[in-house]
Amino acid sequence: MTLLTIDGVWKRYGDHDVLKGVDLTVDSHEVVCLIGASGSGKSTLLRCVNLLETVDDGAITLDGVELTDVRADPDDVRKRIGIVFQAYNLFPHMTVLDNITLAPRKVHGVGRAQAEEQARELLTRFGLESKARDYPDRLSGGQQQRVAIIRAIATQPRLLLLDEVTSALDPTLVNEVLGVIRELKASGMTMILATHEMGFARDIADTVCFLADGVLLERGHPDQIFGAPKHPRTREFLSRT
Amino acid sequence: MTTTWVKSDRQKEREKLLRAQGRRSLSAATISTIAVVGLVVVGLYASPGWPRVRETFFSWDAMVTALPDILQGFLLNVTIFLIAEPVVLLLGLGVALLRGLRSPVFFPLRVLAALYTDVFRGIPVVLMIFLVGFGVPALRLQGVPNDPVVLGTIGLILSYTSYVAEVFRSGIDSIHPSQRSAARSLGLSHGQTMRYVVVPQAVRRVIPPLLNDFASLQKDTALVALLGPLEALRQAQIHAGEMFNYTPYVAAALLFVALTVPMARFTDHLAARAARQRGGAA
Repeated sequence: MTLLTIDGVWKRYGDHDVLKGVDLTVDSHEVVCLIGASGSGKSTLLRCVNLLETVDDGAITLDGVELTDVRADPDDVRKRIGIVFQAYNLFPHMTVLDNITLAPRKVHGVGRAQAEEQARELLTRFGLESKARDYPDRLSGGQQQRVAIIRAIATQPRLLLLDEVTSALDPTLVNEVLGVIRELKASGMTMILATHEMGFARDIADTVCFLADGVLLERGHPDQIFGAPKHPRTREFLSRT
Repeated sequence: MTTTWVKSDRQKEREKLLRAQGRRSLSAATISTIAVVGLVVVGLYASPGWPRVRETFFSWDAMVTALPDILQGFLLNVTIFLIAEPVVLLLGLGVALLRGLRSPVFFPLRVLAALYTDVFRGIPVVLMIFLVGFGVPALRLQGVPNDPVVLGTIGLILSYTSYVAEVFRSGIDSIHPSQRSAARSLGLSHGQTMRYVVVPQAVRRVIPPLLNDFASLQKDTALVALLGPLEALRQAQIHAGEMFNYTPYVAAALLFVALTVPMARFTDHLAARAARQRGGAA
């Protein structure tokens, strides 16, 4: 069943075209990995889906409802889509628990006790139960990123966007974050990941999309993309990584 | 496997040397302090003008005579300050938040807030107090206060709100846009983002400059004297005029210093605590 449809999305900064008519459909429970060089438009595409950027043309539809409709309430859209950023973006003045429970409590109207109980369950599930009362700067990068993922899924979004979530981590910490994403896939979460971790993309993705200069050049099963890329640009990119 | 630390002889020797160095530094500091203070005192007493300076600025008799009145006047300064400060804080934050509103409906409010800070920050505080203190009663309007203390306080509030609004605005602007993105992406509205994410961080950042403005406000309560009420400066002026001696001014000055110094130490304390809480990270 189709969850998300991206149809001819165009995004321009000044006179630089970052996305040039991208089409993509994502099914429920599907994991899509976006690969491509820095500046190819992966992050911008994710930010457009979450309405952190306004598209200049095209349409994005979630559950059959157009998000990019100018009459749509962006807050309402964002309630249904979670995003995790490369730089974690945790709130430094709040404890881990408060970071996670803020949106459930203030946006979704969940009571504090219930929100905290759910947050503690998630923290336990991802091995962070002892960090509930800590401030983010007491945590390692990998722990911060895991908290950021928990914060994004605490509101039970329909779709989770992950924007190069391991790029700021040193290699020993990458695996603990990738482990969390694997577990989310196992639980059936629909995800779009922009990533530079090719091995991981091959391992976890149902579909891999290769972007170059704002164009989605090739999409296919990971075995096909990594084993027998059709487009010369894809071959060239993969041979360099 | 745990290994317990037994101090090596090398480390013991090192610590002994460090203690000896510490003792030497302490005695050096003590001796030089005594020497400098001694020189200043001797220099003062030896200088030919000292008896007259002492009589004019540090006369014990004049101090004792004037102090009760000055203290009583000073209570008025403290009252003005205690009323003005929270009002300035609230209004300043309000003006700063108005300037951050993006909705087109609020365009006139945004412009008004910008205009307010531009104009009132540019007017000298003394002038503001004259304008409100003498100008408003001249209107002879019904229901408008004409107590000089109230009017002077309003003048101070109008001036200082514009400063404090700018301090808050700079604090709000200093919060990285990624914090807003993170909050908005969780579905928080603009208002919720400001309330739970941006403003709490901004306020922590601007506490030192805010307290600086408050030290300034404490002193400027003396400007209300220009409208006539008997606060500390006015009392000092009266006594100085009667006795032809300037000690009352010094006494009033000391009272203001006594109020601002604890404030400065409190600022340092808050800054240090914030640094500790954040683990030294920016």
